[in-house]
Amino acid sequence: MTDIAATPRRDAALTALLRHARYVIAENPVTGFAFALFVLIVLAAILGPDIVPYNPLASDTAQALKPPSAHHWFGTDQLGRDVFSRVIVATRLDFFIAVASVALVFLMGGLAGVAAGFFGGWTDRVVGRIADTIMAFPLFVLAMGIVAALGNTVQNIVLATAIVNFPLYARIARAEANVRREAGFVEAARLSGNSDWRILAFQILPNVFPIMVVQMSLTMGYAILNAAGLSFIGLGVRPPTPEWGIMVAEGAAFMVSGEWWNAFFPGLALMVAVFCFNLLGDGLRDMVDPRRRT
Amino acid sequence: MLTMILKRAAMAIPSLIGVVIVTFLLTRALPGDPAAYFAGPAATPQAIQEVRVKLGLDKPLIEQFGRYVVDLGHGNLGNSLTTGQPVLTELRTRLPASAELTLLGLLVSIVIAVPLGILAATRPNSLIDHACRVVATLGVSLPVFFTGLILVYVFYYLLGWAPAPLGRLDVFFDPPPQVTGFYLIDSLIARQPELFMASLKQLILPALTLGIFSLAPIARMTRASMLAVLSSDFVRTARASGLSSFTVIVTYAFRNAMLPVITTLGMVFSFLLGANVLVEKVFAWPGIGSYAVEALLASDFAPVQGFVLTMAVMYVALNLMIDVLYGLIDPRVRLEA
Repeated sequence: MTDIAATPRRDAALTALLRHARYVIAENPVTGFAFALFVLIVLAAILGPDIVPYNPLASDTAQALKPPSAHHWFGTDQLGRDVFSRVIVATRLDFFIAVASVALVFLMGGLAGVAAGFFGGWTDRVVGRIADTIMAFPLFVLAMGIVAALGNTVQNIVLATAIVNFPLYARIARAEANVRREAGFVEAARLSGNSDWRILAFQILPNVFPIMVVQMSLTMGYAILNAAGLSFIGLGVRPPTPEWGIMVAEGAAFMVSGEWWNAFFPGLALMVAVFCFNLLGDGLRDMVDPRRRT
Repeated sequence: MLTMILKRAAMAIPSLIGVVIVTFLLTRALPGDPAAYFAGPAATPQAIQEVRVKLGLDKPLIEQFGRYVVDLGHGNLGNSLTTGQPVLTELRTRLPASAELTLLGLLVSIVIAVPLGILAATRPNSLIDHACRVVATLGVSLPVFFTGLILVYVFYYLLGWAPAPLGRLDVFFDPPPQVTGFYLIDSLIARQPELFMASLKQLILPALTLGIFSLAPIARMTRASMLAVLSSDFVRTARASGLSSFTVIVTYAFRNAMLPVITTLGMVFSFLLGANVLVEKVFAWPGIGSYAVEALLASDFAPVQGFVLTMAVMYVALNLMIDVLYGLIDPRVRLEA
C-alpha cells in the first residue's frame, strides 16, 4: 500500500526535478554541456576497467610506441600498453583523489569555518590563525612538503590537497555563518530554547551548505590539478598504476622525439576533467547565487 | 609612508613564525625515527643513539624547536644526504635560475594579460572580449606541465625553433661571469650578445609556459576592475570634458583599475611558485624546484625542508612588497594606515 501511495508523489518530484534541470540547461547550454561531460567522467570512473578494450597493465613490446590507429585509438606507450585503456582506467583513481580530498576539506574547513563564524572569540582566532599560516605558503609547495613529511602515499596526497584548500573553505564558511549569527530565524530558534549546538546544526549548517557545495565543485578542478602535479613529480602514485599525472610524466621523455600521444592523451583527459569541473562550478554558482554571475 | 611599511612588515612576523613552526613540525612528522633516518640505512643502534644526541632528538620538543630556530638564525638548514653539501649553499647557487624564470614568466603574462583585459573591458561582448574569456577559462584548466610539453613538442620537435629543453644554456656556451646570477643580465654586463641570445632562447619556452599559466587570473581581474572603473562617475566626467579616449582609459581608468590587479598578484605568485617546480622538471631547469624534487625522490629531507622554508619566506616577502607597492600607487591606503 505504501508503495502505491509513494509512487505518484515520487513521480511528481522527479518531473519537477527534470523540469528544473531542463530549464537550467536551456538557460545556460554551457552548464548542460559540462553536466553531460561530468556524467561521462563518472561513468568512466565507475565502469572504466570493465569497458576498456585492453588490459591497462599488459605490455606487448612488439607493439611499443605505435601512433594512434584503429586498434589503439590513443596509440601505445614504450611498453606497448594501450594508452586509451590506461587513460580511461585512470579516471577512477584521479576522480577518487579529487572527490576524497574535496570531501575531506569540506568537512574540516566547513565545520571549522562555521564554528569560527558562529562562536567568534578564541575559536575564530585559532581557525583564522591556522588558515593564515597555511596561506603563508605557496600552496603546491606546502603540499609537496606535507607529502614528503607524512610519506609518499595516495592517502597523503589526498590529505595534502585537503589541507592546502582548508583556508578557502574555512573563510567562506566563516563569512556565511557570521552573517547569519544574528539573523531573525536564529534569534527565534534561540528564544525558543535551542542550544547553540542545535542552532548550529539545524539552522546555520543547512543555510551554509549550498554555498559550500558550489565551492566544492569549483575547487574540484584545482584538487585534480594539484594531485596530478604531485604525481607528475613522482609523489604518491607509483608506476605502473595508470594515473594521468604519472602518465604525462612517463610520456614526457618521448615528447622530444616526436611520440606525442604518450603524454598528450592523459594530459588532455586531465584538462577536459578540470575544464568540466570549472564550468560546472560556475553553473552551480549561478544557480545558487545569480548575483555573482560574471 | 614609512610608518605604513613598518606596520605592514610587523604584520608579516606572525606569518613567518607560523611558517617556521610548520616547517619544524614537518621534519618531526617524518615517518619512523628521525634519528635512524638521519643516521642512514646502514647505521648500528649505537650510531643511531649518537645521532639522536647530536641532533638533540632526546630533548623535549620545545627545546628542539629552540635549537631549530637558533640553527635557522645562523643560516644552518642542514646538509643534503645525497650530495653532502649544506642545503643553504645549494639553494643559494640555484635560486637565481628559479628567480629569473619566475620573474620572466610573470612579465610575459602581465604583458599579454593586462592589454587583453583592458581591450576586453573597453569592448564588451566583442570578439576580443570572448577571446579573453576563453583564454581565462582555458588558462585555469591547463595543467602547467602539460602546456610545457606541448610547447616543447611544437617548437622544438615540429618547428625546430627552440633549443632542446635541457637547462639554462646550451652545452657549447659557458655561463657568464656571475654578477646577479641572472644569465640575461650577466651576459649583457659581460657584453656577450651571443650568450644573451642563447640564454634567452632557453628561457622563452619555460617562461611562456609559466606566463600562460598565470595569464588567466590577471586577465580576468584586469577586465573586471576596468569594467567597474569605466562605469564610474569620474570616468564619465573625464569623457564629458572632452578628453581623448586614450587619456581617459590610460591615465584615469587604468591607474585605478590596477589596484585590484596588484592584489591578485599575491595569489598569482602562490600559483607561480608552485608551478615553477613543475616547469623546472619539464625543462630540466637547474633551479631550487628541481633540486627539491630530486631530493624528494631520494627521500633526502633536509633539502625539501629548506626549499619549503625558502619558498614560504619568499612568498611572505613578496606579499609584503605587493602591499607596499599598493600604498605607493594608492595614497588612500597610506592615509588609512
